[in-house]
Amino acid sequence: MRQVQLPRIGTDKAWRGAARGLLAARIPPEEVIWDHGGAAPGLFEGEAAPTGPATVKVPKAFVDLANRVVWHRDPERFARLYAFLWRLRTQRGLMEDRGDPALADLRRMEKAVNRCRHKMTAFVRFREIGPRDAPRRSFAAWFEPTHHTVELTAPFFARRFGDMDWLIATPDVSARFENGAITLHEDLPRPDLPQDAHEDLWRTYFSNIFNPARVKVGAMMSEMPKKYWKNLPEAQAIPGLLAEAEARVRRMAEAAPTLPPLRAERIRERLAAPGVVRADPTGQERAVDLFDKADIDSGGAIPDFAALRARAAEEDRTTPEGYGRFVLGEGPEDADLMVVGEQPGDVEDREGRPFVGPAGQVFDRAAVAAGLDRREAYVTNAVKRFKFTLRGKRRIHQSPGAPEIEQARWWIAREVELVRPKLLLAMGGTAAETLTGTRAGILKRRGHVEETEYGLVFLTVHPSYILRLPDAELQREEEARYVADLAAAKEALGRMAA
Amino acid sequence: MARKSLQEKLAILSDAARYDASCASSGTTRRNSRDGKGLGSTEGSGICHAYAPDGRCISLLKILMTNFCIYDCAYCVNRVSSNVERARFSVEEVVTLTLEFYRRNYIEGLFLSSGIIRSPDDTMADMVRIVRTLREEHGFKGYIHLKTIPDADPKLIEEAGLLADRVSINVELPLDASVKAYAPEKNPDRIRGAMGRTRALRDASADRSHTGKRPKRFAPAGQSTQMIVGADGANDAAILGQSTRLYSDYKLKRVYYSAFSPIPDATAALPLVKPPLIREHRLYQADWLMRFYGFDATEITAQSADGNLDLAVDPKLAWALAHRERFPVDVNRAEKEVLLRVPGFGTKTVTRILATRRHRTLRWDDLARIGANLKSARPFVTLGDWRPGRLLDTADLRARFAPPAEQLSLF
Repeated sequence: MRQVQLPRIGTDKAWRGAARGLLAARIPPEEVIWDHGGAAPGLFEGEAAPTGPATVKVPKAFVDLANRVVWHRDPERFARLYAFLWRLRTQRGLMEDRGDPALADLRRMEKAVNRCRHKMTAFVRFREIGPRDAPRRSFAAWFEPTHHTVELTAPFFARRFGDMDWLIATPDVSARFENGAITLHEDLPRPDLPQDAHEDLWRTYFSNIFNPARVKVGAMMSEMPKKYWKNLPEAQAIPGLLAEAEARVRRMAEAAPTLPPLRAERIRERLAAPGVVRADPTGQERAVDLFDKADIDSGGAIPDFAALRARAAEEDRTTPEGYGRFVLGEGPEDADLMVVGEQPGDVEDREGRPFVGPAGQVFDRAAVAAGLDRREAYVTNAVKRFKFTLRGKRRIHQSPGAPEIEQARWWIAREVELVRPKLLLAMGGTAAETLTGTRAGILKRRGHVEETEYGLVFLTVHPSYILRLPDAELQREEEARYVADLAAAKEALGRMAA
Repeated sequence: MARKSLQEKLAILSDAARYDASCASSGTTRRNSRDGKGLGSTEGSGICHAYAPDGRCISLLKILMTNFCIYDCAYCVNRVSSNVERARFSVEEVVTLTLEFYRRNYIEGLFLSSGIIRSPDDTMADMVRIVRTLREEHGFKGYIHLKTIPDADPKLIEEAGLLADRVSINVELPLDASVKAYAPEKNPDRIRGAMGRTRALRDASADRSHTGKRPKRFAPAGQSTQMIVGADGANDAAILGQSTRLYSDYKLKRVYYSAFSPIPDATAALPLVKPPLIREHRLYQADWLMRFYGFDATEITAQSADGNLDLAVDPKLAWALAHRERFPVDVNRAEKEVLLRVPGFGTKTVTRILATRRHRTLRWDDLARIGANLKSARPFVTLGDWRPGRLLDTADLRARFAPPAEQLSLF
């Protein structure tokens, strides 16, 4: 048995030297014991390993491979390399055989070392330890690599940070760069690093470049594993960012569209003025079928219900994620009463008709009790698409936010224009907001008629409000109040007709 | 208005820059500062120094010089009609931030973009000044990506390209008509014109002069662009067709696809829904198939009637499922082009197969060691000790690959 001691610094050269000697002396792999991290390089115990200038020809690809694998943390790495080298003497094509199990193992170790080296170039974080105005500024870092990659990676930092001094300290071997020369040190104590104001700026950057609308924690964790986090200043911000992401996205969706700032108009005028460079209007256009929002916003020509339905069908060709189909209102096109609800629900979305789900049934029941004939009313919703989130297979109703209400306003306006009802029955907050501009105080305002730009609006609650009450007794009371509201609406309508 | 601190400005102007997808810092000329002059190095492959919780890498300091903008692009957080907070960096502030971040090994370099202030020329001139200060006064050798302004003076663009590693202009939306609808001040033809000029400058800088000398390389890491996906009605066939044109006409290095995601203070003109992340991912996969696997855009999108990619399975698998008559492929005999079309085989796997089979016949276990994705490849290959038998003809083959229905999280 021969024992080979390899040093912690210069492991690669020492292994190559030893392997060359062993190979020249024809010593098979089973007779060698490799040891790493001993006292002095070249110290042999038992029978000394032969040294000597024997030249052994191996493919360059193997040398490159060995120069990486020696830095792996696996204690078996030297033996595996030598065993493979032993086979390589007789099997020349072995290096190209990607299916060979021993080579596959070595390649895997090589990959691990390369990854560790790469992560070191990425995740070392320096703090300034010297004065800022020194001719060569100095920085230091504490880093904990997975494999023995400091010696391998130090030249990279020397090439990158040529004009400053630095120290990368690790629990194993540390590298120091001073006045253009790299030195390696074993077991340096962990340096005391002062606070660095730029870490705050870096965290600010990290937090703000993050897009809360596209959280992908798995992708982050696979590339920036948690084991590195303790030495990364930015990692402290991650839990907070994740905790807040959902709420930030929700706030974005719920925020009402704001009016453009005053300067916007000024700038637009200036851009339109002659003499200012404008985009070339003669450019060739490729013909595409694009839903023309501007045309619609300008009020476009919607002469009758057929045109409105055609427009709705066009709108229905695409369905945005998280929304259902486009459901237009229905009923007599010259109805005196127009009933406006919130938005289609799950059932309405599947059937493509308004007010046919549970809330619709409450409405129907109450309407009969109040003497209203639903078939004589035009029934529609303030917002035309079902908004939901998926919970497993269930689609959970989401209240429409200001953006949805604003987007749907054009549609309800066209419907009112075409039907010209004598009275609008607004049920619930969304309908109230659409028709009267605000949903505030709906329980106080219910049962009364308000005058709006759309016409006379009678306010009441939404039937789903009754369904959501927790207690059957409360539900009965509230339904009676709702029937009373509908009856009052019918009476108001009757007064108007008279 | 009180003056904003550097930290406040950084918060505003990185927030405004986060919708640019590109963070690549690879493929430029090799430089280093080993001689002690200047700072920085580039060595072929880029380095991702951190990952944000959105799974995107942070390689460059990606900021806007200013988010004041005179344009009114509906999809953009910085449009003139938006009420987001505005800020503006001075030249020195950008230079100092870049250098100090770089010295601490936070970044590979700078990705500088900007809203349009005053005029395209003024804006571009300020950006060029930042880059020139970094390169010439501070000897900065790190990576610089400049987003150029389409309507700026070609002379300024030329100067920018000589100082920066990469220049880019966003085509913004896949269809010209959508650009006109959503970005009224931008003109697709002028954007393409600017990309054409950049390509010409790059081509010219590759030629040696009569003395055999090479001129200074123009944007050595090439030019790239970005398209927003899911804001307009364009289907994937239209998007990939546009990419094909961009890659061939302007020799772009990359086309980035950015799923439209909700922005603060959005206009009512665009849907505020969850960004279509899977679709974005499938588009990148298709893009790779076009660039490295010899696929044609029309082949990839022909599988579906509506011209959109299958969201449940990746586009290569979708193609293979639709062309089962071409399989199984004999791994020990098939040509490289055929192997590249096998699901589960990447370019590296194929290179390794070709190298190994020169020496011996491959068997099933070899494929695993070589790094193939066997779950995908199983029905599509034959070799030594493996035949798929009737697996390829089973009706539910697609269902074996499509992900099972998943319960979404409650929070």
